[in-house]
Amino acid sequence: MPLVKAGRIVEDRYVRWLGDAPVPEGAAVIVPDGRLIADASLLRRDAPTGVIWPNNRKVSELAPYVDRLALIALVFPVFKDGRAYSQARIVREQYGFGGELRATGQVLRDQFLFMLRAGFDAFEVTKDADAAAFAETIRRYSVFYQPTGDGRRTVWNTRLQRARAAAPAVKEGMLQGT
Amino acid sequence: MYVYDEFDWAFLEQRISEFRDQVRRRLAGELTEDEFKLLRLLNGVYLQLHAYMLRIGIPYGTLSSTQLRALAHVARRYDRGYGHFTTRQNIQFHWIKLEELPDAMAYLGRARLHGIQTSGNSIRNVTTDQWAGVAPDEIEDPRIWAEVVRQHTTLHPEFSFLPRKFKIAITAAAHDRAAIKIHDISLRLYRNGGETGFEVGVGGGLGRIPYLAQTIKSFLPKRHLLSYIEAILRVYNQYGRRDNIHKARIKILVHQIGVDKFAEEVEEEWQAIKDGPLALDAAAVAEVAARFRYPQYEKLDDNPEALISARLRDRGFAAWFRNSVNRHKVAGYAIVTLSLKPEGGTPGDATAEQMDAIADLADRYSCGEIRVGHEQNLVLPHVRQRDLPELWAALDEIGVAVPNVGLVSDIIACPGLDYCSLANARSIPVAQELTRRFRDLDVARNLGRLHINISGCINACGHHHVGHIGILGVEKNGEEYYQVTIGGRADEQAQLGTLIGPAVPYGEVADVVEDIAAAYLELRQRPEELFIDTVKRLGVEPFKERVYAARQSG
Repeated sequence: MPLVKAGRIVEDRYVRWLGDAPVPEGAAVIVPDGRLIADASLLRRDAPTGVIWPNNRKVSELAPYVDRLALIALVFPVFKDGRAYSQARIVREQYGFGGELRATGQVLRDQFLFMLRAGFDAFEVTKDADAAAFAETIRRYSVFYQPTGDGRRTVWNTRLQRARAAAPAVKEGMLQGT
Repeated sequence: MYVYDEFDWAFLEQRISEFRDQVRRRLAGELTEDEFKLLRLLNGVYLQLHAYMLRIGIPYGTLSSTQLRALAHVARRYDRGYGHFTTRQNIQFHWIKLEELPDAMAYLGRARLHGIQTSGNSIRNVTTDQWAGVAPDEIEDPRIWAEVVRQHTTLHPEFSFLPRKFKIAITAAAHDRAAIKIHDISLRLYRNGGETGFEVGVGGGLGRIPYLAQTIKSFLPKRHLLSYIEAILRVYNQYGRRDNIHKARIKILVHQIGVDKFAEEVEEEWQAIKDGPLALDAAAVAEVAARFRYPQYEKLDDNPEALISARLRDRGFAAWFRNSVNRHKVAGYAIVTLSLKPEGGTPGDATAEQMDAIADLADRYSCGEIRVGHEQNLVLPHVRQRDLPELWAALDEIGVAVPNVGLVSDIIACPGLDYCSLANARSIPVAQELTRRFRDLDVARNLGRLHINISGCINACGHHHVGHIGILGVEKNGEEYYQVTIGGRADEQAQLGTLIGPAVPYGEVADVVEDIAAAYLELRQRPEELFIDTVKRLGVEPFKERVYAARQSG
C-alpha cells in the first residue's frame, strides 16, 4: 500500500506496533489507541510515536496526548464511512495538532481532496494507480466554498476582497438585491 | 434568480469534468460498481429498474426560461421526451444511458443546472417556498439564505460521506409552503423584536420511522447560520448510526440521545467555532444577495378591467382564477400555479413540448421565471393581472390549466414500482385512478382543500405521512397492498397522519378514498370546515368505521 506525502509516494518510516510486545527503543512506531491510553510513557521515548485512532472512539479522549504525538492515523474502514473527516478537523483546527495526520483504511482517489481539506497530509492509498494520480487529482478544483484548517482561500474571501476594491459597483448591485 | 459568478461557474465546469473522468474509469473497469455507486449518487445518478435515472436539482425551486428549455432539450435528446418534477424541487429523467450522462450534464451545466448532491449520503438540494420573493406573507426572501447554505454545503470536505442523506428547508413566511418540519434541519426565518433570525429545528423526516423536527434553537442570529449548521452536522457525522441504514438519519440520533442532550452537544461544538471563519460577514451575504435578479415591476393597479370582465364573462376562467391564482406582493401582479395533475396523468410529469411552451409563456408573461414547488406543480411568479385571461387560454391549450390546485386530484406521488427499484407497489396508477374518480371539478371543489400523498414504499418519497389522506404501498405475499392514514399535514401545523386500519388491496384503494371523502361530507359541521379540520375534531374513528364497514358488507 503506497504512502503519499506532500504529493509524492514515499517510504513509510513508521512501524505498526499492534501486538503486546515491548516497543523497541529508537524506532518510529504507530500503536493502537488502547496501548497509548494504557501507557502514556510511550510518548517520552526518544523516537516518534504515533497512534491509530478508531473512528468510533471519541476524539476528545485523544486531546491530552496531541502535543506529544508525532503522528495520528485516522481510519476509513470503508470510504463511505466519513467519521474521520470530522475527527481530522477537530484534531487539526481545535486541538492544534501539527504532526502527521494520516488517512488509513479504504483511501481512494476521489476522496483525496476532501481529506486534504480536512487536514490530512499523509495517505495510505489503497490502489497503486490512485497513488500515482495523486498530484493530478488534487489539482482538479480551483474553487472552494468552505473555510477549513488547510487555509485555502475560499470564494467568499475572494468575493469580499474584490467587493472592497470596487466598493461603488457593489453598492449598486446591492440595491437590485434588496 | 441567482446569477452565477465566475467562481460558481468554474466550480461547476470542474465538477462536470471530474464526473466525465469517473464515468470513463467506470466504463474502463478501473472503478468497481460499488466504488462508482457513491460517486454517481453524489451527482444525482441512480440505477433504477430499467435504466439510469438522473436527478437535477432546482435550487430553491427557481428556474429561468432558459433553464427550463435546457431541461426540455435533455428530455428530448437523452430521455423519452418527458421529465418528472419531484417533491423536493428536483426534476428526474428516468431513461438516461450511462455513456451519455456526461454530455447531458455538460449541456445542463451550460444552463447552470446540475445534479450535485441530489442523492447519496450528502447534504441535498436546499429547498424553500416556491413563492419566495413574491409572497405577501414573507418577511424577506429566503432564497438568499438557501443560496448561502447551498454554496457552503456543496462538496463540503467534512460532510460528503454522512451516515445518511441530509435535507434542509427554509421558510420566511407565516404560512409554511416548504414543509420544513419534515426535514433534517428546518429553518424558519422570523422577526424577533427588531432583529430577524432563524428558529432552528432538527430531526424531522419521514421514511420508516417518521418524526417532525423539534426546535433546538429558538432564535439564531443570521450571522451564525453556517456555524450552527456545521455544529449540527459535526455531531451527526460522528455519532449518527452507520450500522443500519434504516436507523441512520439524524432523527434517530436525536431520539436515541434525547433532543435536549442533542442540543447540548451541538451547543458545545458551536461555541468552539461560532466566532471563527464561518461567522457570516454582512458584506459577504450582500455579495450573494446582489446576484439575485428581480424583475422591474410596472406600476399597476389590482383588479384591472380586463380581469374583472373575463371573470364575469367566462365561467372556465373564473373557476381557474379562483383556484390557481394567488395574491402577489406587488399590486397588479399575480402568482399563477400550473397544475401538472391532469386527469389520468402522472403527477409531476411534463413533456418536453410542455416545458418549451411554458418557457415561452414565462418569457411573455412572467419575466422569464418559473418556480417548482414540493406539490409537484409549476408556478409563474410574476404575471400581470391584466394578462391572466390570455395566459389562461395558452395554459389550457397545453393542458396545465386544470383548476384542481390543492384539491383532491392534486395528488403528490413518487414514481413507485413503475420505475423505482426500492418500491413495493405502484403509485402512479393509483394516482391516475383517483384523478378519474374525482374528475368532476364540482365534486372536487365541494370537498375543498384535500391533499392526497402516495408513496410506493416506506421510504416515503410521496410524503404519505403528511398527506391529509396518505397512501403507502406495501407488499403482502407478493401482492400490492396499501395502508391508509388520515390527518397528516406538512404546513406550519405539521402533523403525522394516523393509520385507519388494515391495508387494502390495490383494487380497493380508490374505493377507500371515496368512502373517506363521503364520510367527510356527512361529518363536516359546515361546508367551510376542511377535511383536515374534521379529522382533527373527530379523530379517525368515524372514518375507520365507514371504510371497514363498507369493506365487510362489500
